[in-house]
Amino acid sequence: MSSTFDQVATIIAETCDIPRDTITPESHAIDDLGIDSLDFLDIAFAIDKAFGIKLPLEKWTQEVNDGKATTEQYFVLKNLSARIDELVAAKGAGA
Amino acid sequence: MQLEYFHLIDRIVDLNVGDKKIVVEAQVPKQSTIFEGHFPGYPLMPGVLLIESMAQASGWLLLGLLKFERMPILAAVKDAKVRGSVFPGELITIEASLVHEGSGYALTEAKIRVGGKLRANSTLTFTLIPFPNSDMRGYMNSVAERVGFPHQAIAHD
Repeated sequence: MSSTFDQVATIIAETCDIPRDTITPESHAIDDLGIDSLDFLDIAFAIDKAFGIKLPLEKWTQEVNDGKATTEQYFVLKNLSARIDELVAAKGAGA
Repeated sequence: MQLEYFHLIDRIVDLNVGDKKIVVEAQVPKQSTIFEGHFPGYPLMPGVLLIESMAQASGWLLLGLLKFERMPILAAVKDAKVRGSVFPGELITIEASLVHEGSGYALTEAKIRVGGKLRANSTLTFTLIPFPNSDMRGYMNSVAERVGFPHQAIAHD
């Protein structure tokens, strides 16, 4: 979990030029770090590549738009890291 | 090329779905009002149009890979380099390949060559949206016919 967060935080810091020490597990990528949707595509690409997964951004966005999920569930970094761990585990189980 | 309509691709030479690559060609017109201002006495293709032509080539690749179920919209241009000028009357060959297809977005790399020599290249990011209406879908179908989109290449994949 912590190593996933560390990797994600490093990706965000490098991709969006945000000081690494301001990025915490409680940070909300959009509300706290000010990352917009276009910048998040760069982050998603880096995460996809680093973890060998495909972040289901469209599904998440749809769930948020439909009121079935909150942005906190996917974009607070500790939660994003947990989702990544789940996707990595699911990929490993399916391999 | 019909610069006034932003039709920057004349024909699809090859679409390789397996390798996720496309090759297209376009003939830069000898005359255009664009060249009257860019530049008098030294007409050359504006760099932004070279980037747009790489975006359109990539767009045809993505339309093919996505079987026309999504419309690619240019979202970001990275590391664009114009390595040499492209002049009126030249035939350009553009090769684009898929770098990554994510959820709702894709990245491509594209290169423009004239006579085998690299003139420009870039990495491009696209968002992949549902066709917003039937007019746009119909229009893309008509343009696909004009550029010779090889529907058989995606029919049985």
